[in-house]
Amino acid sequence: MITKDLYERKEFRQLVKDFTRNEIVPHLDEWERQGEVPRELHKKAAELDLLGIGFEHGDLLDSVVLTEEIIQSGGSSGVMAALFTLGIAIPHIWQSGNQDLIERFAKPAIRGEKIGSLAVTEPGAGSDVAGIRTKAVKEGDHYIVNGTKTFITSGCRADFVTTAVRTGEKGHKGISLLVIEDGFTRRKLDKMGWHCSDTAELHFDDVHVPAKNLVGEENQGFALIMRQFQVERITMAVEAYATAQRALDLTVEWTRNRETFGKPLIKNQVVSHKLAEMAQKIDLARTYTREVAARVNRNEECVTEVCFAKNAAVQACGEVVDAAVQLHGGMGYMRESEVERHYRDARILGIGGGASEVMTELAARRLGFA
Amino acid sequence: MNIVVLVKQVPDTWSERKLTDADHTLDRESADAVLDEINERAVEEALQLQEAHGGEVTVIAMGPDRATDAIRKALSMGADKAIHVSDEALHGSDVLATAKVLAKAIGTVENVDLVIAGNEATDGRAGAVPAILAELLGLPQVTQLRKVTVEGTTIKGERETDEGVAFLEASLPAVVSVTEKINEPRYPSFKGIMAAKKKPVSTVTVADLGIDASEVGLSGAYTQVLEAAPKPPRSAGQRVEDGGDGGSKIAEFLVGQKLI
Repeated sequence: MITKDLYERKEFRQLVKDFTRNEIVPHLDEWERQGEVPRELHKKAAELDLLGIGFEHGDLLDSVVLTEEIIQSGGSSGVMAALFTLGIAIPHIWQSGNQDLIERFAKPAIRGEKIGSLAVTEPGAGSDVAGIRTKAVKEGDHYIVNGTKTFITSGCRADFVTTAVRTGEKGHKGISLLVIEDGFTRRKLDKMGWHCSDTAELHFDDVHVPAKNLVGEENQGFALIMRQFQVERITMAVEAYATAQRALDLTVEWTRNRETFGKPLIKNQVVSHKLAEMAQKIDLARTYTREVAARVNRNEECVTEVCFAKNAAVQACGEVVDAAVQLHGGMGYMRESEVERHYRDARILGIGGGASEVMTELAARRLGFA
Repeated sequence: MNIVVLVKQVPDTWSERKLTDADHTLDRESADAVLDEINERAVEEALQLQEAHGGEVTVIAMGPDRATDAIRKALSMGADKAIHVSDEALHGSDVLATAKVLAKAIGTVENVDLVIAGNEATDGRAGAVPAILAELLGLPQVTQLRKVTVEGTTIKGERETDEGVAFLEASLPAVVSVTEKINEPRYPSFKGIMAAKKKPVSTVTVADLGIDASEVGLSGAYTQVLEAAPKPPRSAGQRVEDGGDGGSKIAEFLVGQKLI
């Protein structure tokens, strides 16, 4: 499927490569220092229809190509998180078919005019979505929202936040999704990696939200959230092997050019074999993840396989970026080397979108082992 | 305003380019083929003029079957349709035959107001086709432009040379060629790439254009390449140790090369 040398796929890859090299790579260090990507980047991506992929046009496999190529051409999983937050912020809106919400939020996000976020995690509930406490009480034509959301990607810049709130009973049957535009306070959070992607804690203190901002039906939010996890998780698996591939490419170049004891590093068997092992891990993760992505794209039931893909790709990535830093020696520990950034950025991939342990537990249950 | 853009598929300038042993023509298999960069600028200029004045943009390319990819690239940027002149007989054509074929192909497009070409292809580098073409079509030629504007039925252009800038003017229809300073070509968008496949591309032979096969190709060429040799590999150069007299040694070397 993706390996097939279709003309369109090849051209699309080239487009993303050019976009990344010209519009992202020259500015990435600056964005890392500033702690966010500029709004113009969203507009530029929108002009090339990149933000509408998976919504207005294209499908998950096009998204896979997009993710691979942005990271492998010198971008990062952090850029993906910041620029494509709409990928987790608007799918529920898009699928609800609510034209008013689509016109007010989804389409402006696709046009790069508005930035959206998804707020599920709370200080007391992360992977445990059914345990959220942020409360929304209906009063007339408004909901009054109280509570706290944390680790919210693009939360500092967000023009709207698709927020999971409790509108009903305890557990998964009492959760709804509300689009909240303002009235809350934001606190910027500092992170280990993903520095160009702003992350916030949001406080809701009697925030009035129009009832028309309800996504789907009241108390039906849990299913909407869980359905989207499939796409988010497979995307994170792609980010993982693409990051590993980029780290390997950089390391191969480094070991070819770096001379110690009178010869290039790569001329040492211990180095060349290490590189081959890294390549093997990446290729296994990529081949399996692409296969599962194709199944998700066909709407096949493959929850277990998505768990496997995410965990396998994240593990491969962790091992590869670690080896990449090691083979870079002292330079690998320096902020000026790109592998140092990938090492930090990669750490979140086994935590966000469902921690590795949660993935394994979910797989064990699906397989009837737990 | 109907515009024809002439495009050419060339070997990527980053890859190693060579001639075939058999007939000293371009070895197309040895290098990646891409739409010539100057043609991307020609397409961009056509699209900008179309955005300002309306009309249709037609891409014309002469080349083997795989030139389809270069044509599609131009279509994915936004051109409306294309004509692909593909014929075994064209193999080895010189600039005169090329211009003749392109002139006939342009003749199949209705109401052409403007023909835009790059100033020269990165492979042949003759830079003669736009001018010959204008002669064959009996149209004014406004070549080597860094800026193009259209006002009514007049085209104005700026030609930059070492001596200065010439401000040119001609009435439409006309043939123009553009240099790399003309613009920055747009990226094809995702939708543009996906739409390119559905745009009409008519493939024609020299016979379809009413040209006798003997007038084109290697046999019809006015010149022939009798021999070709690859560039000799670079030699290692001369190493000079600086023992305090480095400056005068460099000067000696330059004098020896008759450079100073």
